[in-house]
Amino acid sequence: MVPIAYYLVLSAILFSIGVAAFLIKRNIITIFMSIELMLNAVNLAFIAFSRQWSQTTGQLQVNGQIFVFFVMVVAAAEAAVGLAIVIAVFRARSTLNVDSIDLMKL
Amino acid sequence: MNTDLHLWLIPLVPFAGFLVNGLLGRKFPRPLVTTVALVASLIPLLQVAAIVTKFSSLATLPHVETLGTWIRSGAFHADFSFQLDQLTLVMLCVVTGVGFLIHIYSVGYMAEDESYWRFFAYMNLFLFFMLTLVLAENFLLMFVGWEGVGLASYLLIGFWFTRDSAANAGKKAFIVNRIGDFGFLVAMFLLIAHFGSLSFSSVFGQISAHPLWQGGILTAIAIFLVLGATGKSAQIPLYVWLPDAMEGPTPVSALIHAATMVTAGVYMVARTHIIFDRSPLALSTVALIGVATAFFAATIGIVQTDIKRVLAYSTISQLGYMFLACGVAAYSAGIFHLVTHAFFKALLFLAAGSVIHALSDQQDMRFMGGLRTKIPVTFWTMTVAVFAISGFPPLAGFVSKDEILYQSFVSPNGGKIFWAVGLLTAGITSFYMFRLWYLTFFGESRIQTAHHEEDLATVHARHDTRLTLEADPPAAHAVHESPWVMLGPLVILAILSVIGGFMGWPEALGGSNWFSHFLAPAVATTTAVPTGDNHLELILALISTLVAFTGWLTAHILYYAKPELPARLATSLRPLYALVKNKYWVDEIYGALIVAPVLFIARWVLGVLIDRGVIDGGTLTAGYTAQGFGALVARIQSGNIRSYAGWLAFFAALLLAVSYFGWTSHFLLR
Repeated sequence: MVPIAYYLVLSAILFSIGVAAFLIKRNIITIFMSIELMLNAVNLAFIAFSRQWSQTTGQLQVNGQIFVFFVMVVAAAEAAVGLAIVIAVFRARSTLNVDSIDLMKL
Repeated sequence: MNTDLHLWLIPLVPFAGFLVNGLLGRKFPRPLVTTVALVASLIPLLQVAAIVTKFSSLATLPHVETLGTWIRSGAFHADFSFQLDQLTLVMLCVVTGVGFLIHIYSVGYMAEDESYWRFFAYMNLFLFFMLTLVLAENFLLMFVGWEGVGLASYLLIGFWFTRDSAANAGKKAFIVNRIGDFGFLVAMFLLIAHFGSLSFSSVFGQISAHPLWQGGILTAIAIFLVLGATGKSAQIPLYVWLPDAMEGPTPVSALIHAATMVTAGVYMVARTHIIFDRSPLALSTVALIGVATAFFAATIGIVQTDIKRVLAYSTISQLGYMFLACGVAAYSAGIFHLVTHAFFKALLFLAAGSVIHALSDQQDMRFMGGLRTKIPVTFWTMTVAVFAISGFPPLAGFVSKDEILYQSFVSPNGGKIFWAVGLLTAGITSFYMFRLWYLTFFGESRIQTAHHEEDLATVHARHDTRLTLEADPPAAHAVHESPWVMLGPLVILAILSVIGGFMGWPEALGGSNWFSHFLAPAVATTTAVPTGDNHLELILALISTLVAFTGWLTAHILYYAKPELPARLATSLRPLYALVKNKYWVDEIYGALIVAPVLFIARWVLGVLIDRGVIDGGTLTAGYTAQGFGALVARIQSGNIRSYAGWLAFFAALLLAVSYFGWTSHFLLR
């Protein structure tokens, strides 16, 4: 059986890649993808912990899995809204570069 | 409390008139404004008339009516209470009677003014406060009226507030009056501290209970009351506001600054005479102030060229006589002069207003002359008033002024010096009044010259705002007699000025001095008043008549027979002339000694140091600190999404690190 640390390390690596991509990338779509990556890294951690908990208690525990479904639903909704915004932004400004979308600057 | 006279209605009706005209008058047609104002001033007059008929049947005097308690604090309480006695009744008659006549006159005088409604609202407001003042049964309610008439006076002096001079005159009157009011306030504090009450009956009762009590605290109270009285009644040292108050419309000068409000000080001294009787020092002060003011103001009156200013100084001078009378404990003589003065001085002002009206707002006597035949009614009524104030028998002024001179001659509080100065003042009064008479009505008409000379600018500056707007058509300068709505009050006041004296016709001349006997219970004095010596009084009356004639004769020579003489005299007596012409530089001295230091402190110490330095500095420092910190933090909001994300990641990592490595507990528990 694969030890939980392997999953958690993979999760941490995925999350860090997501964060790094979020900070580095300028294209909104790429940033969007990096958000999905971070969410899924967290999902992985949830499931890993959930399985570990089942083993420790000797009973089936599904709290983590249920949480993952919630995350996936929210992510789907977010994708729908987010992509709509992306389209709207592109129509208005003809660019997807976040550095040039800075109207909220003080 | 057997009969209920509804005294509270007397001041309240004009107040209702003020509310109606003040709140709605702007939208009213003029006849409606007129109706409201006249009805609101007529009802008190009718009520006073009704009270006069019932007066002798009143069981107790003073008749007190209490509406309720105003202030209650421990044992001290002040009530809304009104009282009626002989003194109040006399004042009520003067205020409502003269007040109503002047309201009627104003209908004509103010007919062309665009703020017609505002004028009448203020006039009614004045009546409300003045009637409160004379009806009040305690010092506090009297003070309400006292302050209120000051307010009304301020509003009416500055009635044409678009003129700088009028606005400034209003402020000056108000501020100078405040100094007097300070005296009144301190006197009230002393009364509360020592008598625990402000009610007349309580205070006077406590004093009367100790027949031997003299001086001390009573002197202090009396002196502070005198300070208040000098402010309101324009006596030395606080008289400076009254001449400037002539910036107001002429009916205002007649009502407030001649007949009623300025006599409030005299009324107050007479009302509180029980305090003054116990303080010879305060009485002497009053007499001294009175006689000095009378003389001093009369000398200034000689050289004034503005017709209303002559009358203003004359008013100050006549008020000085009233103070002199009170100062020699001849209160009824002072009140008598107050009444007759109200008649002839209101008449003088209203007639002067009629002259000004006839000449389309020309007030300078140098540009009058020869008006005798052009405005005959004004001329004849003015003539009556001039003879009355100059003291020609049997007119009102002669009787009351003579009474004062006689009393100051014989009274132990007075003396021959007071009499002599008073007599000299009477001569000067006669002189400057006839000077005014000759300059206005006799000789060549100097009306046209005003329009060809350099003085054109100053003449225009004097015009009311409503007329300067017009293109100065020649027709407006055609001399015209005033309408009857203005002349009617003149005629009535002229009649009163003739017959008013007979109310107090002295016993020495075969009269009964009814007025003084009527008033006696209200102003009964403990100071010994010598019984009349008929021969002496007759001789003194003769002397003062002669003096009045001398004044007339001098004026006749200088301003009628040899009109070139005054200019020569002014040149040969240059230093003296300059001294008087510049009103003894009192305004300038006050300006340098009081106004300038006060302004300096206000501007530099309070304004720059305290206000701008400490208060503004403190708040500004706080504000700038927050602003600077905010500007620093605001740089985080760059509008760059990736930088926000960076901050978020950084602090999330920091939080994680802190929670992981336990720095939180490390920090908190140390």
